[in-house]
Amino acid sequence: MKTAEEILGIIQAALPDAGVALVPNPSPSAQHSLLVAPASAVAVASFLRDDPELALDYCSNATGVDWPGKEISEKVKVTKLVEGVETIVEETVKRVEPGYLEAVYHLYSVKHAHREVAGPVVLRMRTGNRADQVQLPSLTPVWRSAEFQEREIFDLFGIVFVGHPDLRRILMWDEFEDHPMRRDYVDPDDYEYEPTPHDEVLKRADIHKAEANV
Amino acid sequence: MSAAAFKTYRPPVMEVSEEGDELLEVAMGPHHPSTHGVFRMDVALDGERVVKLKPVFGYLHRNHEKIAEKASYLAAMPYTDRLDYFCSLTNNWAYALAVEKLAGLEVPERAEYIRVITAELTRIQNHASAIGFLMQEMGASGTPLMYAFREREKILDLFEELTGSRMMCNYMRFGGCRVELPSGWLDKVKTVVAGLPKFIDEMENLLTGNEILMARSQGVGILKPDLAVNAGVTGVMLRSTGVNYDIRKVDHYGIYDRFKFRVPLGDHGDIYDRYMLRVLEMRESVEILKQALKDVPGGPIMDPKSKIRGFRPKPGEAYGRIEAPKGELGFYLISDGSGNPYRYRVRPPSLINLTILEDMCLGQNVADVVLIFGSVDIVLGEVDR
Amino acid sequence: MLGEGILKGLGETAKNFAGSFVSKERLTTVQYPEERIAPIENTRDFPFLVYDGDDKMAGLRCVACQICEKECPPKCIYIVKSTDKKPDFVGKMQIYPARFDIDISVCMSCQICVEVCPFEAIKMDTEFELSTTDRFGGLLFDRDHLSKSNEHYHKIHPTEAAEVDARLAEEKAKAEAKAKAAAAAAAAKAAGAAAAPPVAPAAKPAPAKEPGA
Repeated sequence: MKTAEEILGIIQAALPDAGVALVPNPSPSAQHSLLVAPASAVAVASFLRDDPELALDYCSNATGVDWPGKEISEKVKVTKLVEGVETIVEETVKRVEPGYLEAVYHLYSVKHAHREVAGPVVLRMRTGNRADQVQLPSLTPVWRSAEFQEREIFDLFGIVFVGHPDLRRILMWDEFEDHPMRRDYVDPDDYEYEPTPHDEVLKRADIHKAEANV
Repeated sequence: MSAAAFKTYRPPVMEVSEEGDELLEVAMGPHHPSTHGVFRMDVALDGERVVKLKPVFGYLHRNHEKIAEKASYLAAMPYTDRLDYFCSLTNNWAYALAVEKLAGLEVPERAEYIRVITAELTRIQNHASAIGFLMQEMGASGTPLMYAFREREKILDLFEELTGSRMMCNYMRFGGCRVELPSGWLDKVKTVVAGLPKFIDEMENLLTGNEILMARSQGVGILKPDLAVNAGVTGVMLRSTGVNYDIRKVDHYGIYDRFKFRVPLGDHGDIYDRYMLRVLEMRESVEILKQALKDVPGGPIMDPKSKIRGFRPKPGEAYGRIEAPKGELGFYLISDGSGNPYRYRVRPPSLINLTILEDMCLGQNVADVVLIFGSVDIVLGEVDR
Repeated sequence: MLGEGILKGLGETAKNFAGSFVSKERLTTVQYPEERIAPIENTRDFPFLVYDGDDKMAGLRCVACQICEKECPPKCIYIVKSTDKKPDFVGKMQIYPARFDIDISVCMSCQICVEVCPFEAIKMDTEFELSTTDRFGGLLFDRDHLSKSNEHYHKIHPTEAAEVDARLAEEKAKAEAKAKAAAAAAAAKAAGAAAAPPVAPAAKPAPAKEPGA
């Protein structure tokens, strides 16, 4: 089975306009992934599935990852007027790096399963941001196994898959509003169970008691 | 457009068929004795024939992936027991394998042998129970199920002696196994394994030539190999269509290369093939067990580099998978260097195997829907997580 | 012949039915609760705290290090440290838990608390008939309810308890040997100091002056 760099070369040879880049994986598993631009994702996926030598006909896993935005403060050297003299002053500049949602697909080949042992071919697609640009092309027309998994990514993360035959919530009920697997999800504390009464649970209970008494 | 503005869309099921009769929409479940848990199927029927089938689940959704993000790597291990609650030891092994890939840990030989022995025992008791439940849905009201459970009790007693608990074993650790084998355990396993071929023969005598089973299951719920591969179906479902894909042979994980065993394949892709495959896989598991029990080496059972508390793998990601009794069970972990996983994903075989449930059931009678669903062999703990 | 498979199957069932009257292996039902199966030694149900000797408080091994509280997956343990100290089995003064609650309606019997405890203070019990009608606290066990003696531990898990005792005895012996060696070294140093002639004169006691006198 080929390494990620070799597969990248094959894709770039066949589809030169596809925006595919290598994302290295620092862990000992060495499962590097290929970042695919959303515009060319379906073309790349179809090529990977139909190419007779690669024959990646089995999409094993499709999942979402949430990368929230980061606030980065950097020290920048700026020329400023200090008491009439132009001096170089160090200033701390804060900027917000926007977060994004990611869809990750793990692909294997069943046709060439008994060739050699290799890790999966990993495809990644990133959305524009986490608020309004959350659309990605659906790979369900290429691999049917992504059907339920993309529904789950929509349900739990909020990525809207364009071209999915039946995109609706799968694990949560249909009228549910939020996306539970996002990093900033706050679970509601109007549960109907009795949690162990200490620490945070008691603090929340006190807030509710105060609200009820008001 | 944002996800919130995207209205959730329920496709209409009630529609007028060509003959002008209205379709009958039935919700099978979630309170149903044959749905293997809380599972609902919205079925549109034209008389007795199925016209449309939409599976609805999520009744057992506990957001296990988020729990594991808040808990440490070690604390996520007991939660993996509760995914496929019939086969807790294979769940543990899959998670331990993914973490070992992520952190680059090596497993000593004795631990590998123990892992194979426990995994094959798990496979035997799972397939026996699956056959029993399938027969229950066919109307055999419990007799094959109770025979299967009688053998399963012996295996669960072995697990209780080794791990402390019958089903929620929590036994594998990153880099090996939790606890050394109790004295005399291997002899007990040898006794149980010696009695297993007789049990499988008894099940076959009872069931394989049974005309009712053959009439109800041959030619029902046929799955084609191309659709199966494209839909990501794995495990017994995939091999019943004739595709030779067993992750024990493909990925060469653990020490399965040392054991000689065959992979049974089906011809027709119907329910009878899946039943026969489960029986044959039980026999192959007995073969693996006999070979593994012969020469279990001594030595340590944990990698000396691994830590129980304060386990912090370096940043990176890994996807590890094993051949669980239900199919391919995979774990995808992203680590950011802290003690909790950044992203923890379970690839559930039962959920993916349900993708083609509608395709298999279209045109069949509603009574066969229960059988086809039973032959997929799902566990709701895994579907919903 | 049509029906041959069914007849073979019925033969199997008849063998099992008739056999259940004569052989123990065929009749596997246990009439619980009148009959009970002997519990397997390694079984684990819910945790309990171990104390040595007869006194629950004096012999309690737990030193409220809160490691089990941190590692517990469903966070069902709640510990409040004490403000004073008491001696442990080696003789060192340790704090003890003023409050140690386990909510067994949350506990999932995973045994991680036992695995991470460095003091062999918490072990798994084997009692499972714990249902109660008290909804708000009947399944919340406090420190007194959880403390059980080492003899109880030996009764339910003999092999494990023997190993734990051996380990603790070894630790105690090592600590005692270390203390003896330290005492011997101090005594030798004092003897050496006494043998040498007294160099420093005795300090003059300062006159105790009354303030204002």
